[in-house]
Amino acid sequence: MTAPLSGSAGLSLADPVPLLGFHHVGMTFPDGTVALEDVSFEVRAGEFVTVVGPSGCGKSTLLRIASGLTNATGGSVSVDRASIGYVFQDATLLPWRTVQANVELLAELHGVAKAERTRKADDAIAQVGLDGHAGKFPKQLSGGMRMRASLARSLVLDPSVFLFDEPFGALDEITRERLNDQLLDLFVAKRFAALFITHSIYEAVFLSTRVLVMSARPGRIVGDFTIPFDYPRSPDLRFDAHFSELTGHVSAALRGAHA
Amino acid sequence: MTAVAPSELDRPGDAAIAAEAVPAPVTTVPRRRRPLTALWPMPVGFALIVGMWYLLSARLEPSRRFLLPWPHDVVTNGFLNGEAMGEILASGWLTTKLAIFGLLVSIIMGGAVGVLMYRFKWYERMTFPYLVALQAVPILAISPLLQIAFGYGFFAKSVVCIIISFFPIPTNLLLGMKSVDRGMLDLFDLHGASWTTKLRKLALPNALPSLFAAFRISAGLSVIGAIVGEQFFQKGDPGLGQRLTQYRTLIEYERLYACLIMSSLLGIVVFVFFGWLSNRVLRSWHESAQH
Repeated sequence: MTAPLSGSAGLSLADPVPLLGFHHVGMTFPDGTVALEDVSFEVRAGEFVTVVGPSGCGKSTLLRIASGLTNATGGSVSVDRASIGYVFQDATLLPWRTVQANVELLAELHGVAKAERTRKADDAIAQVGLDGHAGKFPKQLSGGMRMRASLARSLVLDPSVFLFDEPFGALDEITRERLNDQLLDLFVAKRFAALFITHSIYEAVFLSTRVLVMSARPGRIVGDFTIPFDYPRSPDLRFDAHFSELTGHVSAALRGAHA
Repeated sequence: MTAVAPSELDRPGDAAIAAEAVPAPVTTVPRRRRPLTALWPMPVGFALIVGMWYLLSARLEPSRRFLLPWPHDVVTNGFLNGEAMGEILASGWLTTKLAIFGLLVSIIMGGAVGVLMYRFKWYERMTFPYLVALQAVPILAISPLLQIAFGYGFFAKSVVCIIISFFPIPTNLLLGMKSVDRGMLDLFDLHGASWTTKLRKLALPNALPSLFAAFRISAGLSVIGAIVGEQFFQKGDPGLGQRLTQYRTLIEYERLYACLIMSSLLGIVVFVFFGWLSNRVLRSWHESAQH
């Protein structure tokens, strides 16, 4: 799944075979808390699915289940775990490694030869626009740059399924929007399957082909919106009337979810 | 604060140090420069202590002044007396070797215990109470036992040194390894990293700052341990511990004070050395460095 779909970038070319599928997934923690209930949806290559929901509704649990970090207590997940890229809420860069060495980490864990992983890391660092910062340590970077380094790290293995756990939640508005634009550039270039978690309705609508709204505990999918805008999306889309209308709908569904 | 006064950057050497120390994207005033005006507390503190010493000596009756001789007498009869200084330096070297040996054993054994406690929860539960007990044991009380078990030699002395300097190594190492960020562990797990890979690439580097803090504490303790050990077990070539006892018995109090000062200097040297080493190793990435 590494080759980008050639030809038109239209959404209709999304691969018919889902790369990630949740089938009636449920999650009950040992203390009896029901985090997820009967969650089913699929993500195909070239699809960008975002889940929004109130805090503590089990959104992050969804990603942990998809990646295998946590086992679901009900239902099943279909995904090729070897092709997953996971971007965490925090950049989780190793502070004793330079950006270059951090970006090489996953390739290193998979036993990729030094020359090869240096080349891949160089590419990834360039893709996220961190050229010239490869020799720096995480503490010398701003929050946004750290997040980009984290993104570069997950790009090195060229995953076909990306899981994003509120990656830009801690960033300021301006940095967040810039990173959203950059992420969409990567998405258009690579056409991976993306499952994105966020608190921000604007971010969700701006990034996605589809937005799912999750209810408060137990987490269930209570809203499902298709976002029809073509890629590449201009930053000005955020001021489009149709965009506002969609965010309004999602927002209304989310208010219902809180109740 | 982006402005830097030109005078501060006049000397190119200083500017280079400053630039290396503060590579952050933000322009910052150089932090590592210590202006001369910040150095005054050290000599003033020294002068106060010497002054107090003189005062106390002056208050003693002349017949009892040998208990706290004048500082200048300690300098002339202790430090500047070739024979006395030769003795003290030779003993200092013996004590240094003993302390280094004890510290090395503590680091190697303590490191192993720390890693085992990290690996096996049951081992931690089994061992930790005894580490605390070891730390709390009154060394004076068990010295007769040590003597029966190990005799009077180098080994017996180093056992005292190890008992005193051991505790901080495994406990700080364990704390450092356990404080690895949850997300980083998830990342390594996601990519199927083995336990040894996680140890080498994650837990141990993460523990370096607290391990260096432990080295500093243990190094100081190992000097104390070496001297205490020498005082218990007087046999063999005399180290600082034996000299202290000897000078006291012979009422050579000027030499005794010179010897005491050398002992604390030794402690200070190892403390500063490990501080310097820690800074060198951690400088590039850890917040604790450079301050």
